[in-house]
Amino acid sequence: MARKLLLEHINVPGINTFDVYRQKGGYRAVEKALKTLTPDEVVEEVKKSGLRGRGGAGFPTGMKWSFLAKPEGVARYLVCNADESEPGTFKDRYLMTHIPHALIEGMIVSSFALGANTSYIYVRGEMMPQIRILEKAIAEAKNAGFLGKNILGTGYDLELYVQPGGGAYICGEETALLESLEGKRGNPRIKPPFPAIAGLYGCPTVVNNVESIAATVPIINDGGDEYAKIGIGRSTGTKLISASGNLVRPGVYEIDLGLPVEEFIYSDEYCGGIANGKRLKATVAGGSSVPILPANLTLKLANGEPRLMSYESLSDGGFATGSMMGSGGFIAFDEDQCIVRNTWNFSRFYHHESCGQCSPCREGTGWMEKVLHRIEYGHGKMSDIDLLVDVSKKIEGNTICPLGDAAAWPVASAIRHFRDEFEWHVKEPIKCLDTNYGLANYAQPIAKAEVTTGN
Amino acid sequence: MLKVEQQQPVEFSSALKEKFDEIISRYPKGKHKSALLPMLHEVQAELGWLSSDAMDKVAAYLDIQNIEVYEVASFYSMYFLKPQGKYVLEVCRTGPCCLVGAEKLMNHIEQNLGVKEGEVTADGLFSWRGVECLAACGYGPVLQIGPEYTFYENLNEQKVDELIQDLRKK
Repeated sequence: MARKLLLEHINVPGINTFDVYRQKGGYRAVEKALKTLTPDEVVEEVKKSGLRGRGGAGFPTGMKWSFLAKPEGVARYLVCNADESEPGTFKDRYLMTHIPHALIEGMIVSSFALGANTSYIYVRGEMMPQIRILEKAIAEAKNAGFLGKNILGTGYDLELYVQPGGGAYICGEETALLESLEGKRGNPRIKPPFPAIAGLYGCPTVVNNVESIAATVPIINDGGDEYAKIGIGRSTGTKLISASGNLVRPGVYEIDLGLPVEEFIYSDEYCGGIANGKRLKATVAGGSSVPILPANLTLKLANGEPRLMSYESLSDGGFATGSMMGSGGFIAFDEDQCIVRNTWNFSRFYHHESCGQCSPCREGTGWMEKVLHRIEYGHGKMSDIDLLVDVSKKIEGNTICPLGDAAAWPVASAIRHFRDEFEWHVKEPIKCLDTNYGLANYAQPIAKAEVTTGN
Repeated sequence: MLKVEQQQPVEFSSALKEKFDEIISRYPKGKHKSALLPMLHEVQAELGWLSSDAMDKVAAYLDIQNIEVYEVASFYSMYFLKPQGKYVLEVCRTGPCCLVGAEKLMNHIEQNLGVKEGEVTADGLFSWRGVECLAACGYGPVLQIGPEYTFYENLNEQKVDELIQDLRKK
């Protein structure tokens, strides 16, 4: 069994309290960082660890930190992005619910590294129970002298606050999150300037995902080099994967990056296979925004080698035959699921969540939803399928923030890999209302899954 | 277009104002507008929804324009701009939950309560609506009930019936 870095003590009773967390070795990273390292040395360890942002973009965290501007006399901020809303992703909720102190400890270490004296954890408003848990954990840590003025007698001051969101997927985008934290609508900002130069209140700011921040704790405890030994290639360390859909045991799993996808789905240590004895039809490997893959391309690369759970392997083959790691939201579809219906569902989601700033996204997501709705309900035309591809291409890359891309990719990839299922819906407008297309050839060996649409 | 229902003037309790001041103290001087979202949550928890008068009073408290509150309240999906049932059942309707039966569950809730999405039952106790991903995809279908957003996981029709019955008795 692989070593757990974040979830090692998840089953210890009372691990959500300061005392038990401390007994299990918690807050050692704070002591080590504040007493024996300089802020730059902490940044250096995180760089060495090779940690990549766990929120979805996969940008190296240490490098992001090193971009932070440090003008004299200007406050700097660390903001934790806990606005977990990507369909298929629920790892941050899990971590905050069960081991809130892992996040608090990571926030202290990271704030110290960045020279921030006030930091915020922006939690999506629906997670009110988690907000209460974090507020309690912050009070406990403050009581024990790990937050507030002159932490552990080192002269370092840090105040930590929890900020509730208002229910908007777009606030997971870092500049929209900052707008929201300033008490405004969550409209993403035009970049540059990047938050590292002008972020919260116009000051230099770093925004990091919950899991990235929690991962700094084992990195400081064991050293960046040790962390980098786990994983494969440029995908270092462990990753929390949220597994959902038609699986025997959905839930949150901590894996060493590089685990074969097949083992993750079928081994008893992880998801335990497809529920109800069904067969796998398709997966979305990294949250709803990443391209959907049929079963055959999920398990194997186009060249027949096993696909691994790593940034590189999941995106192997580009969008033609690959997907993305994203936020690690792994959704499995069994043979009874309708890809058209699911694509329509996701499109409705993006239409609902588009902030409305950029016309291609505001209008395009609505058009895609409508067209997909009519195909799903038996009113579609053959030309609608190419229309969807056309609309998705006109959204992709033409918006201020990546929500446009995130809305376009699931539609484009569903048609790329499941075009025959869309065509069947058009050809069988009555039958498609109460029957599903089924597994077809989507689990057949790779040769069957040739790319046909060329996009 | 934003439509805000009118209501009798509201008065914030001193406990609520104390909470406001605590929230405002979290931000640097002059950046108190940051308190807007958490304050609106507090107001909604107390009053059940955000009337125009309640929003105007929040604006006055923060010394910002009324429109700055309206534009925020209408942007975020959690704020109610019209009266709701005492318990609002918010069911996740996004992909992963639908793979495990969320749509069936919503139909069942509609039948059980006898009201359509967004409507309030005659006794004023319940309303329901589908909401987008609640980040609990592995435990679907799920629903939540404000103002503390209590969470109910791995639901089926029977569990929802029991839940509704329990809430009726409260």
